[in-house]
Parts: sequence; structure tokens; C-alpha cells
Amino acid sequence: MNMDQRRRERLDRGIKVRTDGIYALMSWRELSYLTLPRLVLIVGMLLLPLVMPSMYWQRVISIVCIYALLALSFDLLAHFVGLVSLGGALFIGVGGYLTAIMNTSFALPPLLTIPIATVAGASICTLLLLPCLPLRGVYFAIVSLMYPLALARVIEALDILGGTDGILGIDSFPNRWVEQYFVIVMVLLFLFATRRMVNQDIGLVLRAVKDNDQAVRASGMSITFYKAVAVFIASAMGCMGGACLVHIYMWSGISLLALDFSILPIAATVIGGAGTLVGPVLGCFVLVPVSELLRAFGTLRIVFYSLILVAFIVFKSEGFMVYGRRKYNQFERWTKV
Amino acid sequence: MEILIYGTINSIALALMALGFALVYGISRVPNFAHGALYVITGFITWTLLRALGLNYLLSIFLALVAIGLVGALIYQFVLIRVRGMAISEIIASYAIGLAILEGLRWGGFKGTTYTLPVFIEGSIHIWDVPVDLHRVLVVGIGGAVVGMLWFFTHYTRIGLALRGMAQDERAALMLGIDSDVMALVAMAFGAMLAGLAGIVLLPLGNIVVEKGYDVLIQAIAVCIVGGLGSWMGAVLAAFLIGFAQILTTVYLGAHFQMVVALMAIILTLILKPSGLFGRQKELEERV
Repeated sequence: MNMDQRRRERLDRGIKVRTDGIYALMSWRELSYLTLPRLVLIVGMLLLPLVMPSMYWQRVISIVCIYALLALSFDLLAHFVGLVSLGGALFIGVGGYLTAIMNTSFALPPLLTIPIATVAGASICTLLLLPCLPLRGVYFAIVSLMYPLALARVIEALDILGGTDGILGIDSFPNRWVEQYFVIVMVLLFLFATRRMVNQDIGLVLRAVKDNDQAVRASGMSITFYKAVAVFIASAMGCMGGACLVHIYMWSGISLLALDFSILPIAATVIGGAGTLVGPVLGCFVLVPVSELLRAFGTLRIVFYSLILVAFIVFKSEGFMVYGRRKYNQFERWTKV
Repeated sequence: MEILIYGTINSIALALMALGFALVYGISRVPNFAHGALYVITGFITWTLLRALGLNYLLSIFLALVAIGLVGALIYQFVLIRVRGMAISEIIASYAIGLAILEGLRWGGFKGTTYTLPVFIEGSIHIWDVPVDLHRVLVVGIGGAVVGMLWFFTHYTRIGLALRGMAQDERAALMLGIDSDVMALVAMAFGAMLAGLAGIVLLPLGNIVVEKGYDVLIQAIAVCIVGGLGSWMGAVLAAFLIGFAQILTTVYLGAHFQMVVALMAIILTLILKPSGLFGRQKELEERV
């Protein structure tokens, strides 16, 4: 064998290593290496409503942000706690209907309904999902898949909460700027908050629950409790999304429990990069506008996401963000073995 | 008496729906969330062969079953085999395939009441003064035959024994020369065919609609969880439990509550006995 045996070696860039420590403060270059990606994201998102050409696309931005909240909640649950939620629509539905009831029956303004719906909705979702939390395996996926379908059926059957017509006459946001900036700021807030949280102690425990639950139990911590906390946080994000959606559309109905809300966030997470938290948000910014362009095709959109999803999960399961982060932080070279 | 007869029929129908899911999960540990989609698409294939191409009913049923077996095998060979063992990816991939099939059918215009399969035998008979369609009687017969054949197949044929061996202990089966990938492929094909058979037998009782796919998936899962995931006989017994519960609620509360019964059954089982009535997994493994 005189053929050179070579392998690709992957090393951290010098600047990455320096910016990990106090040396980040040494020069503008290091500082910008560290802060530029974050700043681009924050400034970019804040500028988006200003550069959008029409009212229609500004509305799309709000919808994107709601999907981004859902995708964030899916990513947190699936890749930090190990619970695959196939029912993002449950969170949207519970948050949305709560908001609708509070707004129409008790005439509360959006300023109050959204926070209340977030906390109360998250509590309801956590309670609903509690029975499958002490278990490992596919139970969470199954139960979370069933709730939105069953709830839609119950609402239809009993003709409660407006039945198939839905609840009409809900207040909108004061104006469209408030609406857009509220959801954008919420996405950014939740994004950076969850990023911070998963690096705290509780994040460590959550990841341990995913990787080795027996070890967590052996350390004297209740797995069910930590899973419930994670579900509460994730469903709070989803319920807030639902509450905002209801105020944006000024209507709440069975379509809040539709499959779109379950499958699109999952697709966005897989495409954007599982376990990165930023990836799902960016994935939504790609997928939702595409889905708006495909609106004419009806349910073919869902087929389209599903196929993308399968392709990505089988062939490129890391997603764009993991790839991008690797390129940003590391360089590769060929070395002789 | 009515409750008894229709409860039995409903239970057998549920068992038919659930067996495919139980088989696939029991053997390859892949939760096949595309189960409902396979059920519905078989109906459409049969309809196409029968009505659009004008083939004989029996022949089109046979061809549809072969086709759905192939579809199941292809799904396993090209998608699921690559993600097997990764729980998150398995669930997402099979769910996405199911959605793609169902929503694709919906987009293709397969909705409404135009799509129906003819019943096998027209007419009805009276059993203890309760009128029952002959087709429903046939459902019971076919269901019983399928359960019996499945039992025979898994106890007395080489492939069946290999499948059972793999379900019990995959590593030991590997050591005895059973190729687990091939067996999982076979299991997936059989599971798809069972889903298809359930579709062909049960769909003549109503219209072929896309929404049935989700209902069937949920009812199959409910039966499997109550019976214990991966246990086939448990699934059959659980089908009777849920079947009668559904008929009772239909009689006393209303037909809309069938899905709620399935959901409640799942939740109650998870709270009281997570491994199901006849779960082979030890409770310690499930309950962390």
C-alpha cells in the first residue's frame, strides 16, 4: 500500500478558542467574532417589518414568529429533554381558545389575555400531558399527537366554544407595528432565555434526563418533575403563540388544532438544525414564507414539508445551523495518517 | 343483545386495525405512525383497480394487498432502516410519511362521499332478532381467521418463529443467524398488509375518507397501549375492552365520543399500568 492514507482533521479556530475566555475582550476582532452572529440575528429580526414590501408580508412575519415559538418549544422538548411532541397544535389551541374566551366573555384587553393565556394554558397543557411524563418511550409522542385531534373532535361534537364556526369578534392588537414587534421581541426573548437556561444547572439536569434517566434518578432527583418543568416552559411558548395568533386573526376556531401547527415546526427544527435553538427559528423563516407561496396548492404543502422532513432526517439529519456553526468555529485540513 | 353483537363486531374491527401496528412495533420496535395512511391508501388502491380499471373485486383486493406490502417494505428499506434505533427520528420519519400519504390523497381529490367499496355480500340476517349485515358477520369471520392465522404463522412457520425470536431478544436472534434487518423488513411488509387488509375489510362499511387514516392510527395505538405495546394477544383482548366501551358510549352518550374513549383508555392505562394489560416489557424499563 503506497497510497497515502489521509484523513480530514477538524480543529477549532484560534479565534474561537481565544473568545471562549477573557481574551474575548482583547480586540475588536474577537469581540465582533463573538457578538456579530447574535447582532445580525437581533438587528435583522427587528428590521424585518420595516423592509417588508406590503401589509401581506408583514402579516407573514407575525405568523413566522408564532411558528418560530412553536419550533423553539419542539426543539427544547425533543433535543434537550428527549420528549418528541407531535402536537404543537395542542399548545396553540389551548392558548388560543383561552384567549378567545377571556377576550370575548370577560372583555379583557390583549395586554392581560396574552400573559394569562400563556401561564394558564401552559398549566393546562402540562396537566394534560402529565400522565405520560413518568414513562419513557413513544408514549409522549402518541399522547401529544392525539390531544389536538381529539379536542377538535370534542369541540365539533359538543358544539362548545363556538363549535365549527369558532369564536368571532376578538380584539386585535392596537396596530400592526405593535403586533409585529410584540411577537418578534417575544421570539428573541424566549430564544435567548432558553439558550441561557439549557446551560444552567436545570439545563444540565434536563439533558441528563434525555441521556440517562436512571442516573438522574440515582442522584435523587425526580424525573417527572423536571420533565413537567420542561413541558411547562415549552407549552408556555406555544400557548403564547396561540394567544398572539388569535389576536392577529381576531378569530379562534378548530383550525387552531390543525396539523400545520404540528408538522411545520418539526420540519423547521430538522432543517434548521436540531438542538441548536437558533436553527428552528431560522428554519421557520425559510419554511413559512415558502409555505405562503405554496398556499394555492392547499394540502399539498403538508406533503411538501413531510417529504422535506423525511429527506433531511434520513440524509442530512444535522441541519443547517449545526453545519454553519461548525464552519464558523472550526477549520478542516487533510493530514497523513 | 344489540350491544353484545355490535360490541363484538366493533371489537374485531379494532383488533384488525391494531394488529399491524402491534406486529411492527413488537418486532422491530419502530412505532409505525404511517399505519393509518397505509390503511386508507389500500382502500384507494382497491377502489382504483376496481372502478377505474374495472378489474374483478377479488383480484383487485389481492393486487392492492401485494402493492401495500411492497409499499411497507420500501418505506422500511429506504427510510426507516436508516433511522432505526433513534427514537426521535423514527417517530418523526414515520409520522411524516403517513402525513405525506394522507395529505397527498386529500390533495389528489380523494374526499367526499364518492369513494366507496362494495360490500362483499349483500343482505342481512337476524341473530337473536337483531338485524346484522352479512358483511359485518364476515368481518367477524375474517378477523377471527386473521388472528388465528397470525397465531399459527408465528408458532409453526420458520419465518414466524424467527420473527418471534427477534421480538423476544434481538441479539440472541442475531447470534442464531436470524438477519434482523430482513426480519424487520418482513415484519413491516406484513404490518402494512395487515393494515391494508383491515382497510379492505372495514372500508366497505362507510366512505373512504382521508380522516379515517388519523382515526385508525389513534384507535390502533389505543388498543396497542392498553394491551401492552408489542403484545399481540394483549392487543386482541384490549380490542374487546375498547370495542365494548365504544359501543356502550355510542349507545348511551353519542357516536362522537368514540375517539374520546380511545384517548381516555390510553391516559388511564398510562396512569394505572403503563406496561398495559399484557405488556411484555418489565415495568421498571418503562417507568423511569
